Amino acid sequence: MRKLLLLCSLLLVMSANAQDYFPTNTGVKTTKNTVIAFQNATIYVTPQKKIKKGTLLIKDGKVVAVGKKVQIPTGTKIIDVKGKTIYPSFIDIYADFGIAKPKRVRSNNRTPQYDASRDGYYWNDHIRPETRATQSFKFDTKKAKNYLEAGFGVVNTHLQDGIIRGNGMLVALNPNASDAYRILENTSAQYLSFTKSLQSRQSYPTSRMGAMALLRQTYLDADWYAKGHVKNKDASLAALNKNKNLVQIFEAGNHLDALRADKVGDEFGIQYTIVGGGDEFERIADIKKTNANFIIPINFRKPYDVSNPNISKNIPLSDLRKWNQEPTNLAVLDKNGVNFALTMHSLKSMDAFHKNLQKAIELGFSKESALAALTTNPAKMLGSTNIGNLQPGSHANFIITSGDIFDAKTTLYENWVQGAKNVINDRHIKDLTGSYNLALNDVNYTLTISGKGAKQTAAVKLGDQKVKSKFSFKDNWIHITLNEANGYARLVGQTINTTNALQGTAYDDAGNETSWTAVKQVKKDKKTKKDKKKQKKDLKPFPVSYPNVGYGNYEIPNQETILIKNATVWTSEAAGNLENTDVLISKGKIEKIGKNLSAKAARVIDGTGKHLTAGIIDEHSHIATSAVNESGHNSTAEVTIEDVVNPNDMNIYRNLAGGVTTIQILHGSANPIGGRSAIIKLKWGENAAGMLLKNSPKYIKFALGENVKQSNWGASNTIRFPQTRMGTEQVFIDYFQRAKEYDALKKSGNPYRKDMELETLAEIINKERFISCHSYVQSEINMLMKVAEKFDFNINTYTHILEGYKVADKMKAHGVGASTFSDWWAYKYEVLDAIPYNAAIMANQGITVAINSDDREMSRRLNQEAAKTIKYGGMSELEAWKMVTINPAKLLHLDTRTGSIKIGKDADVVLWNHNPLSIYSKAEKTIIDGAVYFDIESDLAKRKAIQTEKSKLIKMMLDAKMGGGATQMPKKKRNRNFHCDSE
Amino acid sequence: MKNIFIYSLLYFFWIGNLVAQQTPAVQQTQAYSIEGATAHLGTGAVIENSLLIFNNGKITFVGKATAKIARQGTRIDATGKHVYPGFIAANASLGLVEIDAVRATDDEDEVGSMLPHIRSLIAYNAESKVVESMRPNGVLMGQITPRGGTISGTSSVVQFDAWNWEDAAIKKDDAIHINWPGSLTRGRWWMGEDPALKLDPKYGENIQKIVTYFADAKRYLSSNQKRENIPFAATKGLFNGSQKLFIHANGEKEITDVITNMKAIGIHNLVLVHAKGAENVANLLLKNNVPVVIERSHRIPEGEDDDFDLSYRNAKILMDKGITVGIGMEGQMERMNTRNLPFYAGTYAAYGVEREEALKMITLNNAKILGVDSFVGSLEVGKDATLFISEGDALEMKGNILTDAFIQGRKISLETHQTKLWKRYSNKYKTN
Repeated sequence: MRKLLLLCSLLLVMSANAQDYFPTNTGVKTTKNTVIAFQNATIYVTPQKKIKKGTLLIKDGKVVAVGKKVQIPTGTKIIDVKGKTIYPSFIDIYADFGIAKPKRVRSNNRTPQYDASRDGYYWNDHIRPETRATQSFKFDTKKAKNYLEAGFGVVNTHLQDGIIRGNGMLVALNPNASDAYRILENTSAQYLSFTKSLQSRQSYPTSRMGAMALLRQTYLDADWYAKGHVKNKDASLAALNKNKNLVQIFEAGNHLDALRADKVGDEFGIQYTIVGGGDEFERIADIKKTNANFIIPINFRKPYDVSNPNISKNIPLSDLRKWNQEPTNLAVLDKNGVNFALTMHSLKSMDAFHKNLQKAIELGFSKESALAALTTNPAKMLGSTNIGNLQPGSHANFIITSGDIFDAKTTLYENWVQGAKNVINDRHIKDLTGSYNLALNDVNYTLTISGKGAKQTAAVKLGDQKVKSKFSFKDNWIHITLNEANGYARLVGQTINTTNALQGTAYDDAGNETSWTAVKQVKKDKKTKKDKKKQKKDLKPFPVSYPNVGYGNYEIPNQETILIKNATVWTSEAAGNLENTDVLISKGKIEKIGKNLSAKAARVIDGTGKHLTAGIIDEHSHIATSAVNESGHNSTAEVTIEDVVNPNDMNIYRNLAGGVTTIQILHGSANPIGGRSAIIKLKWGENAAGMLLKNSPKYIKFALGENVKQSNWGASNTIRFPQTRMGTEQVFIDYFQRAKEYDALKKSGNPYRKDMELETLAEIINKERFISCHSYVQSEINMLMKVAEKFDFNINTYTHILEGYKVADKMKAHGVGASTFSDWWAYKYEVLDAIPYNAAIMANQGITVAINSDDREMSRRLNQEAAKTIKYGGMSELEAWKMVTINPAKLLHLDTRTGSIKIGKDADVVLWNHNPLSIYSKAEKTIIDGAVYFDIESDLAKRKAIQTEKSKLIKMMLDAKMGGGATQMPKKKRNRNFHCDSE
Repeated sequence: MKNIFIYSLLYFFWIGNLVAQQTPAVQQTQAYSIEGATAHLGTGAVIENSLLIFNNGKITFVGKATAKIARQGTRIDATGKHVYPGFIAANASLGLVEIDAVRATDDEDEVGSMLPHIRSLIAYNAESKVVESMRPNGVLMGQITPRGGTISGTSSVVQFDAWNWEDAAIKKDDAIHINWPGSLTRGRWWMGEDPALKLDPKYGENIQKIVTYFADAKRYLSSNQKRENIPFAATKGLFNGSQKLFIHANGEKEITDVITNMKAIGIHNLVLVHAKGAENVANLLLKNNVPVVIERSHRIPEGEDDDFDLSYRNAKILMDKGITVGIGMEGQMERMNTRNLPFYAGTYAAYGVEREEALKMITLNNAKILGVDSFVGSLEVGKDATLFISEGDALEMKGNILTDAFIQGRKISLETHQTKLWKRYSNKYKTN
């Protein structure tokens, strides 16, 4: 009785619906407070709580009760769903439902836009936290139907535009209700991404690292604004502060960006919920470490069309392999304890959703987790307790199915949302699917019925011959027309109670009647255990390597104790070259150098006739990064390449094969003040963080000349300051002056607005960060030294420095080092006087000179480039070799750690088959921190393995194609060749 | 004011003279005998402790220094050094562009798609600063090739010590160059098309355009047309065998189509350029006597997981199939990089090709491919004395240090714009 009372009070509360007080002018006011009970169903209240033969009682769009025994109030409409299963409807937590993507603003004017177009908002148009989904929402009935058919009851939608995108809203997919009912929450979360808004042409940020820097600065500014330091009103910052306590959903789209987003979030104490890309399995340990909730699309690629070998050979293993591995992503995430929800986002066709999900389940993703990822997980992520489950009080959002929702054979009958029925497949239509023995006029045909509900179709065969036929099944009547050699036969009939037999009357052309029957054949499962086992084995995906591309490592190389015997050792130190010498490497360091060394348990490598050198260091590289230039502003000291290191770049491996162990990844030369560098060791297989040098000295890229004044950018790029070398000087003076004043204010203890850009520049003035400056002609080289001297610091390195030879004396006096090309010139006007003798002249003046690449091709044979200084300018072999080892180490302030063979230094060494300066020389082993990262023998083995795996995958894809599955044409990877000028 | 103008004009010319290019050397008036060097003949053969004599621009003796014959003229003791035939760059574009980024200096690509009548020779800048920088590296001749379009135009072979293009030419209008269409294409993503690689439905049509063009040209040439068709007339040499057809093509399918279609039309003097995948249709090339001008070895492999050294092994792969291989220059920063030609050969040598065979690719093979082997390309009696002496192995960066170089017997200067600047600033620091 008490229970009943409670129930009644609950009902009363719920019937007090918002629109009750609206006047009616079309008739008398009626209410339909229908209570409905669904009986005899298998009910999943939650993924964990399953009730067999249960009852679900709903009223006014909410669940009233659920259980084995439920009190049914009088007047309840009873629906018997015996044998059916009821699940909570699914939730898509990441959608753009009902919110049209804005059109990209177009302009006939090709001149870039550097300033914001809005007034009263943040200085960057791509920061739009003030956006509210409700402003542009329009319920999309057609799309809702697709969602309902797939089993979804609620979607969380927002305007997918911009870097900070504002609020989303939670909508029940209830086509016949008004927004007043179906909008469950109008500020469901705040959304973010790395992608710019289509509604503005504002240039900044042009890169991933720029987007990351912008996010950081926005957070800092929001804090500064919240503290009341800002005089003006800023609608964006105000909104951002208001949205602070909402769930923050970040669209990353791939594992690298997921880790990048998480890093930014962590810096500001924000744990983003991250929209992934389906490739999380490639770096699952890192994904797990984020502790983020994930939203995962299940957009598996189709097998590639490999039927044309001319095309198929252009598909890299990494793509072929992903086709095979992608479907395991959900199981991998689940097994690693990553909490995630599923989304239809990025799925082209909603039909693929269930198919892909079934595939994932086949590969080990548990059904319970699947259901949770579609119901309770997204609900929890949004902080909603009344969706995604069928507990009393929750929205009456549920689906009725013929059975297990994750089984391909299951039919989804109805999807109830807020207590309103949406029929997907009429559950009263009998399921006739199966094979029948159709007897007509003593002839036995085979009738095969397939499909679901009203869409069931049939094929008829006589023996092996197909018989032309037409079939329909409507309102429980079967119509079959057979086109036989001797005329037509028209069959009309019905099922006999059970669906095991059909019977009825047939008419021939003359109108003669006869009866027909069709008896269902019981299929025997012919698959033996062996077959099943074989099938399971086939399902086993190819293992993931690190990175997950050809030549990737299945295990990250370990530090070894290595004794290299009897080699010519190029020390790059005062000791010069040591003949017939042994080097012992242990615990990542060079432990001993000498003759007749021995060490227990060391791996001994015979170096007889070979040459051992320090690993090559490239002062100027643009490999292993996802971005090079942030060209949206003339100063971008706030961005850092460390944010965008890409450990999956094949050029890392190719550089290892050329004996390179350490590189500085520089920002490009799109602006006078570029971004901060990343210094990495080429530890192929490690993640981005693992490659970054520990306790790395800090660097930033500056640039001069044609690139920064946009000389070769076309006629529309003539508005950004500076357009001349004269202006370039003023950019530096302006920024350093401001940085100086900023630093003084900061040190004064007074409140100050934290500015990432000025922080970085202040580090330079404070001699905590070094400049590597892209430079060509002597006038500007001279100028920048004068600017630095004015602010009492030194330029550390001039990179490229092609006219350095003209001012070598001034450079020496200033104390700057040089990192130059061996022989590049004539590609633009400012390199007309670039000469290959440059390195030699500068070295002769006592400048520390390195030879750099700026090019992923040249970087893998810097040994050859160093040799050019012997030809041009007569450097000795020892001095030439230093230009790619200890000299760049000095320029990078790493000379106490690497760059030469000296006891105690990092074991970054290369074993060559010849004199390393010879063109006939090859790197046989490249060792970093005592671990072998490249071995010319293992390379051959890897080549073979790649061929084998490719052949297997191509065969599997041919099987898929011949089996009739859809295929896609290959997307050949376009490897971008990054230079200084790269956008 | 007028005076200032005149003075500045005078000053300009004076300065202009100071920084002008190397003056071409005067004709050979006396013989040279180079003795004691390791002679790399360019034919694959090497003579240790050699003697080489040339006079009136031609080589008159090649043999051992032990040979008891009279030394003539100036004797050069080259003991411990190496002597080579001048290197020849195929499919180069030197002298057509001076500075890549300055459009005003760019003359390599004419408007239009079928341009057999467009001739590189007349635009070739014999005084280019880039051209003169070839000589200290032993690169003394090149095939100057127009770029772009389907039929890019007509190339000529020049030597790098000349007052003007007429002096420079050693073989005028040697070849016509075609860029053969590819059979694969990808959608234009910016038009919303799928960027995936697919068969180009227009491939057959594109080939047909070329085939029809040559068929029409052939018909024109064999009839008495009253009005001259200039482009068709320019193809005459292809049909009478005096001119070669260089076809820039990649892929087994494309290469096969090139050879079958061109043979059918009656163009027999074929050279393939780039020719990726040629090793897979080697028999067809051998049967039809088609050589290949491969790309520079210093390239990133195209496919993500291609062998890291695949581009380095390109020469070896083709040579193993018996194909005649030369090295061409087309590619990134090709003008200034042409001086690295010997190092491309050197890298091919590091990855499988025997060293003298590697040298052959930039000497006799390239000479044969360009049709100039009767007078250059090797150190053989009767051939032009276009050769140089190097301190060491000229295919090595550290060995390629030239002491003397001769073009048609003329002793050329090894100074350049760059060596002048080198000396000028080295001296500055010396005197300071």
